[in-house]
Amino acid sequence: MAEFSIDRFVDLYAHRASGMSASEVRALFAVASRPEVVSLAGGMPYVEAIPAGHVDEVVRDTLRENAASAFQYAAGQGSLALRDRLVSLMAEEDVDADPEDVVVTTGAQQALDLIGKIFIDPNDEIAVEAPAYVGALSAFGVYEPRYLTIELDDEGMVVDKLHEALVRGARPTFVYTVPNFANPAGVTMSLERRRQLVALCREASIPIVEDNPYGLLRFDGEPLPCLWSLDPENVIYVGTVSKVFSPGVRVGWALAPPSVVQRLVLAKEAADLCGSSFTMLVTERYFADDRWRENLRALVDVYRGRRDVMLESLEEHFPGDAVWTRPAGGFYVWATLPEYVDSQAMLAAAVERRVAYVPGTAFYPDGRGKDRMRLAFCYPTEERIREGIARLGALLEDEEELYRSLGGR
Amino acid sequence: MRIAVLAGGRTPERDVSLRSGHRVLGALHELGHDAWLVDPAEAPLVESLAEHAPDLCYLTLHGKEGEDGTVQRLLDVLGVPYTGTAPFDCELAFDKLLAKDALARAGVPTPVWAAVEGWALRDLGAGSALGKTIERVGLPCVVKPARSGSALGVGFVEREVDLSPAVMAALSFSGAALIEARVEGSEVAVGFVGAPLEALPIVEIVPKEGAYDYRARYTAGVTEYFAPARVSPEVADRCTAEAKRATEALGLRDVTRVDVMVDRSGSPWVLEVNVAPGMTDTSLLPMAAHAAGLSLADLCDRVLNAALQRISAP
Repeated sequence: MAEFSIDRFVDLYAHRASGMSASEVRALFAVASRPEVVSLAGGMPYVEAIPAGHVDEVVRDTLRENAASAFQYAAGQGSLALRDRLVSLMAEEDVDADPEDVVVTTGAQQALDLIGKIFIDPNDEIAVEAPAYVGALSAFGVYEPRYLTIELDDEGMVVDKLHEALVRGARPTFVYTVPNFANPAGVTMSLERRRQLVALCREASIPIVEDNPYGLLRFDGEPLPCLWSLDPENVIYVGTVSKVFSPGVRVGWALAPPSVVQRLVLAKEAADLCGSSFTMLVTERYFADDRWRENLRALVDVYRGRRDVMLESLEEHFPGDAVWTRPAGGFYVWATLPEYVDSQAMLAAAVERRVAYVPGTAFYPDGRGKDRMRLAFCYPTEERIREGIARLGALLEDEEELYRSLGGR
Repeated sequence: MRIAVLAGGRTPERDVSLRSGHRVLGALHELGHDAWLVDPAEAPLVESLAEHAPDLCYLTLHGKEGEDGTVQRLLDVLGVPYTGTAPFDCELAFDKLLAKDALARAGVPTPVWAAVEGWALRDLGAGSALGKTIERVGLPCVVKPARSGSALGVGFVEREVDLSPAVMAALSFSGAALIEARVEGSEVAVGFVGAPLEALPIVEIVPKEGAYDYRARYTAGVTEYFAPARVSPEVADRCTAEAKRATEALGLRDVTRVDVMVDRSGSPWVLEVNVAPGMTDTSLLPMAAHAAGLSLADLCDRVLNAALQRISAP
């Protein structure tokens, strides 16, 4: 009689690795990534909109003029020249930052990981908007926090709810939010809420982690001030070039008060010494002249068109009792379906009908969100979006019929 | 021999199938065969087989199309021999509703069950009969898609109000669902290989928490396995005997795995059979083979020999 051990290290793994496991949803996505499936699931930027000739020129110039440094280690914080460019990029949203307060990271995702690493002890409570960016939940989750979830509505995080929690005695280590065109909710925090959140957190000495990947992808309306601009001393701002240039270069950053930057740089060096010298130089050069603005305008036009088509198609094909957000920018529409829909189970039938989305449960740390789904309009063409939403609408109609046939009213 | 290993496909079990296929491919190379992998979702199968002309296809496609007789029928038409069960028997084994009837007819003990067909719900008003299924099956019960694998879409129901959502979830994976009484006890698997099929040692499955669901199946370390199972020789013999009768009732050949629950009194209940059992690093059949002193290559060799015996027979 022998116990059969398929993983000889099973008793050695750290507790924080216990959440890393196979899942049904991942299994379904393995099929969903096939070309015949209209994927409204992934948030892939439409990098094809950036002229190939331009990128080619930038890469060649980088290699010609920086050949030695491009293949050498870089400074852990990132070069001053690149940080200068990133500061200019933030200035587009009226963020008036000092390059000394910037640490370049391997995508914004690493900034989230490093923030988790320097702030979260196991069982610390952190406040996150609900629904929240799934990648932030995975990045923070590794450090084993407890979650205080704060609802979102059409004006972003319901700050009163955070206030109530603080009154009840909650003291989260930080508050995490995507104020502009949130992932997955698509909503934008109103100016009033921004002021309220900043004041509340300053009063309670709770830092805010402001994740702003989509800020420059505004389709309509006037930009609102970043939380950082409202209180630079109490906000850690996270940015990325993934949505305005390329996710492939893996260049993101954190802008934070000097004491935090110091720890982030040390944590960054401990994690990977430095980012990729080559892609950091490419990024620096891409933003060196003004052509990126033109590319961005073209990109925003494409995304606006796709958003419009998705909203039109939803009106046409989704059931009357479904509701969804109307994002003024970014990548995502967030749909709330009739409560009998289990979007995670339904994904199997959706993939069978050649359409995919992300089930809502992915965006809550507490198992909620069964009747929600995230629909990304960033990557598929307008025609494919129409087709995808029509397929989903037909599926939802069948689900309703099935539900009624099972005695539901 | 020139062998095409079929793996991948377009089902939710695509990833599992690719993992099985790559492991089998390695084993066939170890045995000195000229083997390669064909993923029907990547290249049209018929063209690929015409171009490379294998002597035989080793089937590690999981789920619909791979286990329901579709690929087998196509290979019959093309005249390419393959490992495993014939099309009609695949169809019978893969569809849990058909398989349950076949098992019951053959007198194989299987937990009491009821069928729910999507069309019957929609067109015949079968929803109002759902209460009757609970009367028949009792609680707790398990709801499974009729035609799917790897525990995808399976729901465990404790309370009557949870039945409808579980049925809806299962019907997302398949046009029909099976509501089955839940047997409390130990979960075991009995592997068979060869011609005639020979039983391997029984593997006992002990999830560390909750049920043996998709996560527990494919995350190394989340489930504990004991091979041979920690049951008395008498119980082991009864399990093997009933599992063997199940393979006969369903006409399975070359290689298969029978999933069995042993209740608290030591009686075996056959749950289902697998036409293309998983061959991944966390799969049960390779574990059973290991307990019998067989390597993965030995196991694949026996499967091949069983299939070849059929080809060479007049």
